[in-house]
Amino acid sequence: MLEAKSLSCVREDRLLFEGLSLKVKPGQIIQVEGPNGVGKTSLFRLLVGLMTPYHGQVLWQGLAISDDREAYQQNLLYLGHQSGVKPELSALENLRFYQKMFEPSYQGDLYSVLAQVGLAGLEEVPAAQLSAGQQRRVALARLWISTAPLWILDEPFTAIDKNGVKVLEQLFVKHAENSGMILLTTHQDLNLPAADFSKLVMVKPSLEELYVGIGAEKC
Amino acid sequence: MLNAFYQVMRRELLTAFRRIADVFNPLWFFIIVITLFPLGVGPEPQLLLRIAPGIIWVAALLASLLSLERLFKDDFSDGGLEQLMLSPYPLSLLVTAKIIAHWLLTGLPIILISPLIAVLLSLDLNTYWAVLFTLLIGTPILSFIGAIGVALTVGLRKGGVILSLIMLPLCIPVLIFSTMAIDAANFGQSYIGALAIMGAMLVTAITLAPFAVAASLRVSVS
Repeated sequence: MLEAKSLSCVREDRLLFEGLSLKVKPGQIIQVEGPNGVGKTSLFRLLVGLMTPYHGQVLWQGLAISDDREAYQQNLLYLGHQSGVKPELSALENLRFYQKMFEPSYQGDLYSVLAQVGLAGLEEVPAAQLSAGQQRRVALARLWISTAPLWILDEPFTAIDKNGVKVLEQLFVKHAENSGMILLTTHQDLNLPAADFSKLVMVKPSLEELYVGIGAEKC
Repeated sequence: MLNAFYQVMRRELLTAFRRIADVFNPLWFFIIVITLFPLGVGPEPQLLLRIAPGIIWVAALLASLLSLERLFKDDFSDGGLEQLMLSPYPLSLLVTAKIIAHWLLTGLPIILISPLIAVLLSLDLNTYWAVLFTLLIGTPILSFIGAIGVALTVGLRKGGVILSLIMLPLCIPVLIFSTMAIDAANFGQSYIGALAIMGAMLVTAITLAPFAVAASLRVSVS
């Protein structure tokens, strides 16, 4: 279970949000919504531990993530705006690197994983020659081999076509059914079963009250 | 854990070989700087022998500075650095792999072409051995110390100048002891003492720098 306790985030002397608490339980998919600049990416970077919160803390299974970073990171898959795909390397080489680093015990065939994300026949092409959507798919292919229970995905659908979004939605549902946890941001409307799907809406602080930042909180 | 080390190093070398020009540019720079000196000060062997240690080492320092910025820049901009940080392995281990790969691509080529430099500067054999040994011990120190500077400046848009301001003063000890060793060899004296001190610096750099690099990267990324 991932838990955030009264997080506050300050960027460039500006308060983005304050007192944000949330809980993600196994089997839950949470979509974080809000206008641009409200602090969704910052929230995710706090949750994965790339940034340290100005106030508050993030707990994984009841332990602060900074206490046992490596144990937390074994259970985490984070995809940010930049997907970490090397343009010089081919789709297969990129995926194999992440498989060896994050899922060393994975035994399956990486070619079939790439085929599942629609990159059949493009395995050996340098990623620089792929389109933006195809590069994104190389990064997203990691989801198919991941055994990490917690997925934190920042705009996973950027540059992905409608069909690709559908395939991803199915994968999310499957992951949630296997008691996985997913936190994601997207501006698209997701078509997911309501049972395990909820939304966290972040609201921009009004001008008078730059401080009251946080809207609904669903756990 | 060793597998992760190997994977990072392998990816680093593979990426570099796909962009081979980036590997050769610092090397050309090194050769050109050194060839400029005999043209500038005249080809008298005595004079060249006197200034050779300084020329070689200042050129090596500048060449390594030239190539250093690439160490984390690409990873920073394509998100690969975040993924390394979030991998279940210690970041200091992974950055060590990156630094060693960087040395293999920049330090080692300089050592491989050093016989050519010995000819250009008309060094005798004894002096050449000293040059070879100091480069062998000294260039990894430059890579490890430089990596700290790169890690601190990777988030800045114009980090290059600040990087040289941070790194060059830190490299002065390496410069002093390597030129001292080459000078001693020049006069036919034993230079093992200077090499031993450089060896100590190398061990210190290898053991401590990765932790400093990892900590600086965490600051730069947040």
